[in-house]
Amino acid sequence: MIVAEPKPIKEILEMVKDLKKILVVGCKGCVTVCNVGGTKEVGILASSIKIYGKKNGQEIEVEEYTLERQCDPEYVDEIKNIIGDYDAVISIACGVGPQFLSERYPSSKIFPGVNTKFIGGAIEHGIWSERCAGCGTCVVHFFGGLCPISRCSKSLLNGPCGGSSNGKCEISKDVECIWDSIVRKMMEQNRLDELIEFKPPKSWITARDGGPRRMIREELVK
Amino acid sequence: MSEYKSGSNLEKVLNAGLFAFTGECGPPQGANLTHLKEKAGYLKGCVDAVNVTDNQTAVVRMSSWAASLILLQEGLEPNFQMVCRDRNRLAIQSDILGAYTMGIRNMLCLSGDHQKFGNHPEAKNVFDIDSMQLIYTTKTMRDEGKFLSGQDIDVAPKLFIGAASNPFAEPVDFRVHRLAKKIAAGADFIQTQCIYNMDRFRSFMKQAVDMGLTEKCYILAGVTPMKSVGMARYMANSVPGMDVPDSLIKRLKGAGKGKIAEEGIKFALEQIEEFKEMEGVAGVHLMAIEWEHKVPEIAERAGVLPRPTF
Repeated sequence: MIVAEPKPIKEILEMVKDLKKILVVGCKGCVTVCNVGGTKEVGILASSIKIYGKKNGQEIEVEEYTLERQCDPEYVDEIKNIIGDYDAVISIACGVGPQFLSERYPSSKIFPGVNTKFIGGAIEHGIWSERCAGCGTCVVHFFGGLCPISRCSKSLLNGPCGGSSNGKCEISKDVECIWDSIVRKMMEQNRLDELIEFKPPKSWITARDGGPRRMIREELVK
Repeated sequence: MSEYKSGSNLEKVLNAGLFAFTGECGPPQGANLTHLKEKAGYLKGCVDAVNVTDNQTAVVRMSSWAASLILLQEGLEPNFQMVCRDRNRLAIQSDILGAYTMGIRNMLCLSGDHQKFGNHPEAKNVFDIDSMQLIYTTKTMRDEGKFLSGQDIDVAPKLFIGAASNPFAEPVDFRVHRLAKKIAAGADFIQTQCIYNMDRFRSFMKQAVDMGLTEKCYILAGVTPMKSVGMARYMANSVPGMDVPDSLIKRLKGAGKGKIAEEGIKFALEQIEEFKEMEGVAGVHLMAIEWEHKVPEIAERAGVLPRPTF
């Protein structure tokens, strides 16, 4: 899933400080799963803004709405009859949400309420970890099912570098060295020969380096 | 046609079967030409080639190719270091062409320290290719006369290709295999990480010899003399992939006030003596970090002077 974290409340309040009617829009997709942008969080953010308004002697009207998904025009359409009533919208979906809203409602002011972090998963309750860099050409099968592009600090395809120590990356003791795991796993599986094979320079054409991406699946296009 | 791959002085020394002795010089954090020339001056005549570091520890310095050219002008042979952190494959190949055209003949291929260590941690890194692929790129350009794109090069750059190896990083069992991989990718010579744990290095070299790697590639053992107990502790605790045995720290402490640096040099000299005899070791790479003025004395006492000339 796409993992996000809340923006600092101060930053959000700064964005909306002169506004009187605000619509906070959540999303029932990834951000609900990672506890940052679902119905519950929409409620929390709305209350925070109202409390801030009261403290400052301002009457801020905040409405709450959670869409099924903000990355789908069909659901984004749902707020078409109410969005015009608000001075601004705060989307607490991933980075796709505020943009789909901005594109669908060009005259509305849209603000992001979360910082989108990465594609990953929850390794335990409250801890998320990156797993995919979205390079567009998956190669994890060469590396024991583990991705060095997203998980090695230097995206080495022929790692590990000389900074691997006690299973940790040179950049921090809190970062695991994925190459340590790759080597150990491949050696345990007697696949050293595959690991010794030189991996040539990767084509980044399918990654973001090839320009903003778009995907068309003809069979699905009406 | 020359029998050499590059015709560099370092290649000639190694090719002649002589025990190589290389040094290192970090470019200044500014355009301080005087300081660079002063540091280089100490190394002149003492080493076969001088590694010119490339924004080492991710701190911005004068570019390694520019500093390499200054060394050339000063009559020293540079070993131009190139990291993959700051350049994509376009910049890498164009810098290789430029460096070669201006007379650089040795290049050390490195991935590069992560920018998080340095003075611009906010920077975006590149890592389009890794050090292994950089070796391959340089070899392809030299031997095939082709760019990574497959397009022909109009006059190929003939560089003596170096790579690094850290026998002390983990996973330990894989290290010699990674060395083999670098050699297969095209490394002509290897300079190792600073060695302090001689036992571990001896067993690493034995593995390399047994695998036949030392017949395909020259291995230069990395030596950095300890200047102080503080430096030893820092190397032991804060430099990833460094193995400094407690016995060495004890030995330095035992030397007593005012004599620690000399004890550090003594240890380095003992190491060099052993490397001269160690099977598979083709030379020493002396990294006297900000201690360049000590290099003539160390070289003299190590009995590696005068350096051969061709």
